[in-house]
Amino acid sequence: MSALPRAHELGLIACHVCGLVCREPNFSPAACPRCGSGLRRRKTASFMRTWALLIAAFILYIPANVLPIMRTVNVGDVDDNTIISGVVELWMQGSPSLALIVFAASIVVPVLKFFVLALLLVSTRRDSDWAMHQRAALYRLVDLIGYWSMLDVFVVALLTALVRFDVLSRVEPLPGVVFFGLTVILTMFASMSFDPRLLWDARKNHD
Amino acid sequence: MTDPPNSNPPPAEDLPEPVVQHRHINVSLIWVVPVLAALVGLSLVVNNWLQAGPQISITFTTAEGLEAGKTPVKYKSVVIGKVTRISLSEDRRKVRVEVALEKSAAGFATYDARYWVVRPRIGLGGISGVDTLLSGTFIGADVGNSNQEKYQFQGLETPPAVLHGAPGKSFVLHSGDLGSLDIGSPVYYRRIQVGRVVSYQLNPDGKSVSLRIFVDGPHDRYVTTVSRFWNASGVDLSLGANGLKLNSQSLATVFAGGVAFQEPPGPHPSTPAPEDASYRLFNDQVAALAPPDGPPRYIRMRFNQSLRGLAVDAPVEFFGIDIGKVVSINLDYDEQAERFPVTVGAVIYPQRLGHAYDKLVELARAQGGDADLGQIMRTLVSDGLRAQARTGNLLTGQLYIAMDFIPKADKVDFNTSATPLEIPTAPGSFDKLQEQLADIVTKLQKVPFDSIGQNLDHSLADLDQTLKQLNEEVLPEFKQTLGTAGNALSADSPLRHNLGGTLQELERMARSLRALSDYLSGHPEALIRGRRDDPAPIPPAASPRSKP
Repeated sequence: MSALPRAHELGLIACHVCGLVCREPNFSPAACPRCGSGLRRRKTASFMRTWALLIAAFILYIPANVLPIMRTVNVGDVDDNTIISGVVELWMQGSPSLALIVFAASIVVPVLKFFVLALLLVSTRRDSDWAMHQRAALYRLVDLIGYWSMLDVFVVALLTALVRFDVLSRVEPLPGVVFFGLTVILTMFASMSFDPRLLWDARKNHD
Repeated sequence: MTDPPNSNPPPAEDLPEPVVQHRHINVSLIWVVPVLAALVGLSLVVNNWLQAGPQISITFTTAEGLEAGKTPVKYKSVVIGKVTRISLSEDRRKVRVEVALEKSAAGFATYDARYWVVRPRIGLGGISGVDTLLSGTFIGADVGNSNQEKYQFQGLETPPAVLHGAPGKSFVLHSGDLGSLDIGSPVYYRRIQVGRVVSYQLNPDGKSVSLRIFVDGPHDRYVTTVSRFWNASGVDLSLGANGLKLNSQSLATVFAGGVAFQEPPGPHPSTPAPEDASYRLFNDQVAALAPPDGPPRYIRMRFNQSLRGLAVDAPVEFFGIDIGKVVSINLDYDEQAERFPVTVGAVIYPQRLGHAYDKLVELARAQGGDADLGQIMRTLVSDGLRAQARTGNLLTGQLYIAMDFIPKADKVDFNTSATPLEIPTAPGSFDKLQEQLADIVTKLQKVPFDSIGQNLDHSLADLDQTLKQLNEEVLPEFKQTLGTAGNALSADSPLRHNLGGTLQELERMARSLRALSDYLSGHPEALIRGRRDDPAPIPPAASPRSKP
């Protein structure tokens, strides 16, 4: 593995989009001569962008959890629920499986993403070659499950549209769900802006 | 990271050359995203902090129906806060409810704010709070004008009858007792409900009750300075000259009680009463609408007879006008006379005499004395005014006190300055009747019935003798006389014969008299000239007539 040369050692660069390999330019920014998309060795400002988006997502995650996301009106009985109180209520009312799903999608997944991305960012920055394969696997996991968190947003959107029985029963979205949706979107952007190839760059230093 | 271009030789010369991308992005712009997020978060915090109103705590006896984080606090159906925490007080007697008020409702954390739990209530006056059956219990709030801040409140157990700022006025009524009134009892004006009883309390001396009522606008202007209030509770059943009369304000008042008011009859100023004006609460409409009694006066009477049938509250009447009532009946002992007089205390309202009283006062003034009741009474007593216990009802034997002038009453001393005034008494009409009867009986007893009887006996014996004599001596003679008379009147007696002849003669005489009178009526001149010769004797019937 260590013997293989890197593309830039050979003065080559590949287009991310169409895969065209061309000579590494000595100017920046450069574009792919075939498809016209940006041509760069690594994603631009990957660290900075990921950090920025991650921090923004984390900030928004606080109101997303504190503010209620949904109001259920049941024969005059008004109930405002935050994410966690909704989970507790589901559990109390005898749907532990449903509670677990919501808990996983709304709490575990975003928090996992924060931790994993932060871990990847920090370890990559320090050019650590610790558990590189596992870290790569983590990144793939985060990329995969990122949008599952949108489950809660969809639940609220669906219920709001479906449950409209005026006096008897009603579901209304509350500001919390907006923040939660923004959090999920920002974490998705964050994981997108992270360049996993940076993980492997650390290897070179120890060669 | 963009590494600087390497100095390695290019591996293939025929590879295409990248073209220059005319796009330049300042990478640090990405930090706008977290800054924006932070700004949004910060604005939320600031907004929350700005919106947060005062935190107050209210104590209730029970937290029934209240839920932390859910139960709203409402003022005029607008949510102004929310219950955040419910806990027991230290001594576990009360429930402390923490409420987070909204910023706009900061004015509700002041001294005259009131809080109560709105639950469905069913009372005689009606049903309230039905909406809470569906929406759940909530805490009602009311606030006044105070600006002084307060954060600890004692919750009311019942909703206040009147909210602050409601149009209308409150008034104070004084009464001897509460009757069947309660908070929320209706107040009627001409049988329209215009208000309700807001609160009541015992007066500090414990002898009377003060009620506070609230009359809604615009009806509060009908409460004038002369308005009279009465307790309209229950049913007023009266038996009068017009028959049996049943009267009540409304069916609700029969059970729940109520207060009614009206202006007294007659002309009077109609200035609306000021806020918190004070009135007396009469027991019934008749008493309320009667002319004012004026100050009461106490009098005392001593009766030297049994007053069986006289009860406390029995009327005191002056010439048939009810001027007061008996308030006490006490037995006394008179050592000198060795008797048990009855002392009757009564309260009278001289102004119930109306014009008569005014005139008496004027008269007393004109005579130079002061117009005191004592002075007036002295004049009246010297004219023979006495109190009497009279029978008011023959069936039940109820007595009442009548003040009346007794002719030929004994002179008595009258102390004008005594308190209470002591009114001399006279035996009642019934007693007088008894006395007169006794008089008659004593007179009857003086009649010598024994000697009368003996004399009568003698006389009867004499009569008997006389009758016997009559039987034996007079009757036979009488029989004889009758026989003689019978003979004289028999058909063949000469007496009857003579009588027949005489009668015939008389008949003839009468006939000739008639002829004469006939002729004279035809020829009145014959009285002077005499009878004319008949020219021709045509009527043969005339000759026998002219014969006599």
